Amino acid sequence: MGQRPIIEFRDYSFKYFAQSRPTLKNINLRINEGEKVLIIGPSGSGKSTLGNCLNGLIPHSYKGKVEGTLSVAGRDPAAVKIAELSKHIGTVLQDTDGQFVGLSVAEDIVFALENDLVPTPELRRRAEEVAEMVGLEKVLRNSPQEVSGGQKQRTSLGGVLIDDVDILLFDEPLANLDPATGKRAIELIDEIYETTDKTVIIIEHRIEDVLHRRVDRIVLLHEGRIIADMPPHDIIASSLFAEYGIREPLYVTLLKYAGVEVTPEMRPSYIDTIDLESHREQILAWYERTENPAAKPTAEEVLAAADLSFAYTVRPVLEDISFRIGKGEMLAIVGRNGAGKSTLSKLICGFEKGHSGQIRFKGEDALELSIAERASSVGYVMQNPNHMITEHRIFDEIAMGLRLRHAENGEIENRVMKTMKICGLERFREWPISALSYGQKKRVTIASILVLEPEIIILDEPTAGQDYRHYTEIMEFLKELNRTLGITIILITHDMHLMMEYATRSIVLSDARLVADTDSSAVLTDTGIVEKGALKETSIYHIAAGVGIEDPKALVDRFISHEASMREKA
Amino acid sequence: MKKLFNYNEADSFVHNLSGVSKLVGFLAMTFTVMLSYDPRVIAFVLVTAVITFRASGIRLRDLRVVIYYISFFVTLNFVMTFLFDPQYGVRLYGSSHVLFTISERYTLTSEQLFYQLTKLSKYAATIPFGLLFFLTTHPSEFAASMNRIGVHYKIAFTVSLTLRYLPDIYAEYQVISKAQQARGLEMSKKQKFGKRVREYLKMIFPLIMSSLDRINNISDAMDLRGFAKHRKRTWYHTRKLSRADILTIIFTLAVFTASILNSIFVNRSRFWNPFL
Repeated sequence: MGQRPIIEFRDYSFKYFAQSRPTLKNINLRINEGEKVLIIGPSGSGKSTLGNCLNGLIPHSYKGKVEGTLSVAGRDPAAVKIAELSKHIGTVLQDTDGQFVGLSVAEDIVFALENDLVPTPELRRRAEEVAEMVGLEKVLRNSPQEVSGGQKQRTSLGGVLIDDVDILLFDEPLANLDPATGKRAIELIDEIYETTDKTVIIIEHRIEDVLHRRVDRIVLLHEGRIIADMPPHDIIASSLFAEYGIREPLYVTLLKYAGVEVTPEMRPSYIDTIDLESHREQILAWYERTENPAAKPTAEEVLAAADLSFAYTVRPVLEDISFRIGKGEMLAIVGRNGAGKSTLSKLICGFEKGHSGQIRFKGEDALELSIAERASSVGYVMQNPNHMITEHRIFDEIAMGLRLRHAENGEIENRVMKTMKICGLERFREWPISALSYGQKKRVTIASILVLEPEIIILDEPTAGQDYRHYTEIMEFLKELNRTLGITIILITHDMHLMMEYATRSIVLSDARLVADTDSSAVLTDTGIVEKGALKETSIYHIAAGVGIEDPKALVDRFISHEASMREKA
Repeated sequence: MKKLFNYNEADSFVHNLSGVSKLVGFLAMTFTVMLSYDPRVIAFVLVTAVITFRASGIRLRDLRVVIYYISFFVTLNFVMTFLFDPQYGVRLYGSSHVLFTISERYTLTSEQLFYQLTKLSKYAATIPFGLLFFLTTHPSEFAASMNRIGVHYKIAFTVSLTLRYLPDIYAEYQVISKAQQARGLEMSKKQKFGKRVREYLKMIFPLIMSSLDRINNISDAMDLRGFAKHRKRTWYHTRKLSRADILTIIFTLAVFTASILNSIFVNRSRFWNPFL
């Protein structure tokens, strides 16, 4: 592997026709053959656009104005067809579901070859070969509805590997995966990188997860410009992440709290390259002087399940689930896809019926309550706000639930205004919803539930696909609602940061059963539960182990409360 | 929905036929029956249908819901035909043998009864083939089969993609609908019809938007993997025609041709008239 460039941007700018300003500005970037590069940046920084320039979707599918030059594997993407380019650069898109074009795993893998007129027997042979490479031999015949999120992603990866491309481009490969699957995905990408001579480009904002394996360089984008293009140790040791709203790995944050000065020489990018030994004293001293937060007293019960079981067909989706949730709690329900998390929330809201066992609201059996009746106790906020919004004006959207309940106009006016105030939406009062950002739309959907004054709100992946700034914004808002209004908040999530930082308690589901119901910090430091719940130990746990702190949970607890107080100061 | 038409995997004569011969067979039998009102022809197809159904090993019990639906609509059709035009059979066959009289308008004649029974047996003969085709053809083979008999592969693939995404969109619709009901949207029969339609439309909007997103995404994914690069494409799920396939195609086309010839030269009409 020489230093031959395989990708080269020169004074490259791109402006979508629909937009007034360029999304990429004066990009100069060179990636050599056989390099592994991580491209990071907050939402709207242009990182996905950069990826689409490489694979030819720009300018072929997304039209716009290109300035400067770009060369990918010796070709100008604008001058050749996407199909030709795809023989050299393979793209694994973010949406694991949406890129699945076949009716079975095998068909999806050989899709490109079918288009190349490869005869059927050859297709079968190649499908088996590639399936073995990505570990899908057993599910070749399964339909997309039958395979897990991780398997879907492996299918897409297989679909590009079948062409023996020179460059692999991953656009947010971790977005839809649970932590354990995400970890394996990063390992698989690395394995392929190590065993072939391919160039790998990963676009992602979850840096700590990507840094589970080595990368050669990190490129930081912000508002369409390249801010930094550095070796990982250098960028981690710099102050760039804080400046540009990117989340640094938690172990780095902990080192900084402990007063350790992070330098490139420490090799701080990966937890296993840092010499923890030499910082042991500082970490232990910080541990000793930071107080362990006091446990909250248990509150009266608002929601409970007792021996709850449910099955769509014969196979149980939930089995003997029992828990109690107190008023004003903020807790998470976690577990891999298909573990029963969404089914549990659907049963609570009454979207699914036919369970055995009991669901209680404030001690009363909910069995006879209809969906609409339950809504006055529990509200459900869908993951994608666009799925919930049906009105054009914010006021109407929030008022909808009240109007459907035939509230009086005066009361509607009052309650909607009050809710808008709580949610910080007053100044958008007259705005059309379409003019709002994703995060603001999320607020509108939360407001439209809040206006019905439920005691509990269930949110499905409230921060999916959001960068650190938006994540903090949404979660701080929820925390505020929880604190000031005493609303119980249940978060259904894959995101371990979210679970650790905002959910005091976590309920872990695995294969239809409840395997843990305890403090989130305890869950994330217990290897047994981590494995069952398809989670990943927090890196703080590894620090505790590295410096010899007996009780890793206590370190995590102190870290979280310290972090929360830092955020309050800010 | 998923339970109604699920491809069921099994090893039987019918399952093992290629999608192409099944499609040709299904179309040939359907057109034979559609074009002919000769009960002898229909009876022949009906017997073939029953035999093929038995050979497939599919149990009627598994199709209970579908059969209830079909029986309901066929019965409804039978009754309505009589209510709307009780003398159609008389005009058709040019004679009138009264069986009994309910009122002046509703006089049941042998001709009408014969006509309606013929029609009923047409349904009975075609529906099994339709069900068999859907139940025994792997969904992936639909596209390949359609492409084989001359449908452009882009159209064939669109059909196959629709099949791929229908369950996803249906599941999404369910969640959207339930989330709106939680806000108080009344979707049950208690609501007035006009209002219900309006509320449905409201819910459809986010569904359409998300489907458009989806389409955008899929077309990107397809572009990136070279779809529509050539004027043809190959298919992973396609089978070489076996002897059984060739025989099936020959047999069903022969039945179709014979039925057409029967209409032209023997009956000199699509109808066979026993009252002459």
